[in-house]
Amino acid sequence: MVIASRSAVLFLFALLTIPASAQVDFSGEWAPLYHEDGPERLPGPELGDYTELPINDAARMRADSYDADRISVVPEYQCRPHGADYSMRGLGNLRIWREYDQATQKLIAFYTHLLAWDSERTIYMDGRPHPPAYADHTWQGFSTGVWEGNMLTITTTHLKTNYIRRNGVPRSDKATLTEHWYRHGDYLTVVTVIDDPVFLTEPLVRSDNWFLDPGQAIGVFGCEYAPEVPRPVGTVPHHLPGTNQFLTEFANWYGLPYEATRGGAETLYPEYKAKLGNYKPPAKCERYCTCTTLFNCNVSPSR
Amino acid sequence: MNKLLAISICLGTAGVLLAQNQNFDNVEERILPVQGNVYMLVGAGGNTTLQVGRDGVLVVDTQYAQMAPKIMAAIRTLSDMPIKYIINTHVHGDHTGGNGALAKLGGGGAMPRIIANDHVLNRMTAKPAPGQAAVPDTDWPNDEYFGPSKDFFFNNEAVIVYHMPAAHTDGDSIVFFRRSDVISTGDIFTPERYPLIDLQRGGTVQGIIDALNRIIEITVPAKYQEGGTYVIPGHGRLCEEADVVEYRDMVTIIRDRIADLIGKGRTLEQVKAAKPTLDYETQYGATTGFWTTDMFIEAVYKNLSEKKR
Repeated sequence: MVIASRSAVLFLFALLTIPASAQVDFSGEWAPLYHEDGPERLPGPELGDYTELPINDAARMRADSYDADRISVVPEYQCRPHGADYSMRGLGNLRIWREYDQATQKLIAFYTHLLAWDSERTIYMDGRPHPPAYADHTWQGFSTGVWEGNMLTITTTHLKTNYIRRNGVPRSDKATLTEHWYRHGDYLTVVTVIDDPVFLTEPLVRSDNWFLDPGQAIGVFGCEYAPEVPRPVGTVPHHLPGTNQFLTEFANWYGLPYEATRGGAETLYPEYKAKLGNYKPPAKCERYCTCTTLFNCNVSPSR
Repeated sequence: MNKLLAISICLGTAGVLLAQNQNFDNVEERILPVQGNVYMLVGAGGNTTLQVGRDGVLVVDTQYAQMAPKIMAAIRTLSDMPIKYIINTHVHGDHTGGNGALAKLGGGGAMPRIIANDHVLNRMTAKPAPGQAAVPDTDWPNDEYFGPSKDFFFNNEAVIVYHMPAAHTDGDSIVFFRRSDVISTGDIFTPERYPLIDLQRGGTVQGIIDALNRIIEITVPAKYQEGGTYVIPGHGRLCEEADVVEYRDMVTIIRDRIADLIGKGRTLEQVKAAKPTLDYETQYGATTGFWTTDMFIEAVYKNLSEKKR
């Protein structure tokens, strides 16, 4: 009888602690893994590298005219952070925590803090609607999350215009970011999907990974703009059409056909290989051959 | 008729023509709290900025006359005080058409002061071009200012009206609410379309760029280029400095490209064929409506060509 009663209590307890929908705790300190797209994410992308991006002609021309001098000459660019769609790809040491409503014990929100630009984001889990179209846009946007089994799916709107690659390839303020967060024990995988009616002809899908690092201490990023090159007010460095001499560097350095480096949805699919005809990739890697951490990502391979 | 003159007449009578053709019955007047004492109203025509407090109500731009009852209803959800000031950022009817109607509804028996740069009054009181309706005198500014700025203290904060010469028109003003830290820009800044350069009313592309740079100079972002000073554009969503920077860059880059082509002796048709706005087209362009990409390129081309001569 005693055993039977104890079982009943345990059964009731178990019922009370079963979540209404599957909920995973992402809370903790997460250190980034850079085994995917290392050269792009650590030292930064090469100029003219639009590979793997389903961009349209407008995006391509915008990137072609981009001059990185803008960051040194225009003070307003110097402390401009990554957008929510890019921030986890940079210096992505990540902290996640969550908040519950005291009275109902319902999950209100997840919060994230990233090393780069101290970027913080709230992911609302309480079913609130997104703001109206005429509301302000921010670098991190407005995010809401829903559970799909053990996966957290996040929708972010109200992003400011920014970039999908740090070589001038733009992402507009009309874009919607969808994220899928999975936790596999001590590993976290985030798959991001960017839909941008202004600059992309297809959704851009990318993934990033972290491992749990409870001892991680994220420092203060800090940023204060300081014009270092005196220029007249209103100077906006850019390349006039047809004058950007750096666009072919990437193709030349990596032995790639120039057309293939120009991006576009067509170049993402296996059928595109047929268009390259007799192209043969270089026999040997010459540039960024190993790049998985901050410490081994060098332009020239070690010999 | 000269195409730009036709465009200009269309712009000049925008309030009348659009008001006649538009059904306002289903247009809602939506209120967005911005910061401090300041709110943004989104309805028909340009955005309206409200500043409310113990001294009364200040309105920047009044949309169309037909919207006045709805604007007044929105104001009454925020304040029972009378409208003391109306400020017009420029002359066009989608920003001034509601001046008289709103003054009558919300003045509390007294006529609000209607502030604008003196060029706005000159344009409104000038003899209308053939086919163009005269602006009713109830919509005219009654407190025009001359020179670079006008300031006063209202609702516990400094309100500074800066003249932005030869930008969207020759009579543009931006309004800076110093304590609330909000700027209302009028059509100098319209983040969802190319800037409308009303050449017939004294607008210039360089004036637009100068005005955008002035706005960037006044705005101060809080942390990492976000927050701080808010910017209410003439049309479109609420913005901040970084959004103005994007827009300034766009206008500057397109000006440089067209100037380069003019310097190479290209005709207007050759400039259009070169597609100097291609990379901005999906973000700001239009092929129909009252301000198309072609009109924008033509205005910049004509303006820069005249300057060169």
